[in-house]
Amino acid sequence: MAPKRKTMPRKGAGGRAAHDIGGLNFGKIDRAEHDPALWEKRTDAMQRLLTSPGKRAFSVDGLRRVIEDYGEQVYDRTTYYEKWIRALRNLVVEQELMTRAELETRMAEVRARHAKAGRRVSKAKIPW
Amino acid sequence: MHEDDHDHGAEGAAHGGHAHPPLQKDHDAGTMSPYEVLEEALRSLLIEKGILSAEEIAGAVDLMDSRTPTLGAKVIARAWVDPAFKKRLLKDTRAALLELDIDIGTIAEFATVENTPEVHNVIVCTLCSCYPKMLLGLPPAWYKSLAYRSRTVVDPRGVLGEFGLELPGEVELRVHDSTADLRYLVLPMRPKATRGWSEAALAAIVTRDCMIGTALPRVTAKAGPRRAQRAA
Amino acid sequence: MVNRMSARRLEDSQTPRFAPGDRVQVPSRPVLGHCRTPWYVRGKRGVICAVHGRFRDPERLAYHFPGLPAQVLYKVRFAQQEVWPSYRGRADDHIEIDIYEHWLEPAR
Repeated sequence: MAPKRKTMPRKGAGGRAAHDIGGLNFGKIDRAEHDPALWEKRTDAMQRLLTSPGKRAFSVDGLRRVIEDYGEQVYDRTTYYEKWIRALRNLVVEQELMTRAELETRMAEVRARHAKAGRRVSKAKIPW
Repeated sequence: MHEDDHDHGAEGAAHGGHAHPPLQKDHDAGTMSPYEVLEEALRSLLIEKGILSAEEIAGAVDLMDSRTPTLGAKVIARAWVDPAFKKRLLKDTRAALLELDIDIGTIAEFATVENTPEVHNVIVCTLCSCYPKMLLGLPPAWYKSLAYRSRTVVDPRGVLGEFGLELPGEVELRVHDSTADLRYLVLPMRPKATRGWSEAALAAIVTRDCMIGTALPRVTAKAGPRRAQRAA
Repeated sequence: MVNRMSARRLEDSQTPRFAPGDRVQVPSRPVLGHCRTPWYVRGKRGVICAVHGRFRDPERLAYHFPGLPAQVLYKVRFAQQEVWPSYRGRADDHIEIDIYEHWLEPAR
């Protein structure tokens, strides 16, 4: 489902981290406009709320740190919001707001409900 | 097991107050990705545990929907017609936006960089995709792309060329990499052919890309204040 | 509407280490964990063009620490030809990056 993405092996380039790509060349810029999907807007909303002074579950820096630790293959092959929803998941578990088991159970329930309503649902897992 | 009629999982009551049809079978919507499944699972658990409410999430989505390039264009147009406002915008962007009832919240500070005949500015975030979204809304996909993030700092003229923007030879090209707590907004130059235009007409030629630095405001035959019809 | 600051910014009366016009250099030192000083500017020399104020340190915030002591954040201007050996633009093209004080030294 993830679009075909060019990946650029850069580990061992003297310590440059996977996300730190200024100066590399990832090719032509695809200027096609895409309206964010509702799930993407909600990802952005949850990120703003959970990092806001009122909630302070964690910081946006923590989210970035988690994303930076994905490794270059995952980094290059996932979209912006795919990276962020995965980071939100990891951080809510890291901060013990919920458990991994609770999330996995709920994901199975969500899949089942949508499948029952006639939607095709991916069974792919997002690695922890 | 939830048999929840008020399911917020699909296009339910996400936009608080707006009426929506009930959950529809999306046969042609494509396979639901694991990330979309995760978003719904995470959101429902956060709500159940009282960490966030459905209303808060819907409100936050609505807030971001209300921030658009049109809002940014109003700010630019005001700066064009009011030199004192422009000075305040350049000095303290947060305070200047507040004058126009635009509250950028506590995510980050804003700064405005001005295009002149000598300098053209362009904004990027090489490390993630920081963007002045509390004014302009969510960034375009290309701004977040690996291609834009990687190349703009080292080959800005090549990148602008892909956007169809060729700068005159004597202009300094200044790239701003948003690496920390500031979000940047480009104040483009007002085209000479807009003398006497209203703020509304001026705002209409300021696009999102003008405020990122990958475009310039353009005066076309269609743009401009409508000329009053003369009585026959 | 109350004029408030970003939650990450702290009021401060101490004098920053650097001032606009100061020539500075980004050290080339190894990084452990989250860092907001890009790879491409390490070891490069630039000039302070603005002092933004004091902000919580993202390298600490990223691991759930409060990000103290807060670091002064500077806008630093670099000549593109200094940053990229094969830069193909004008000699007076520049790049400006926001860098925290602990990632700056006086230029040698």
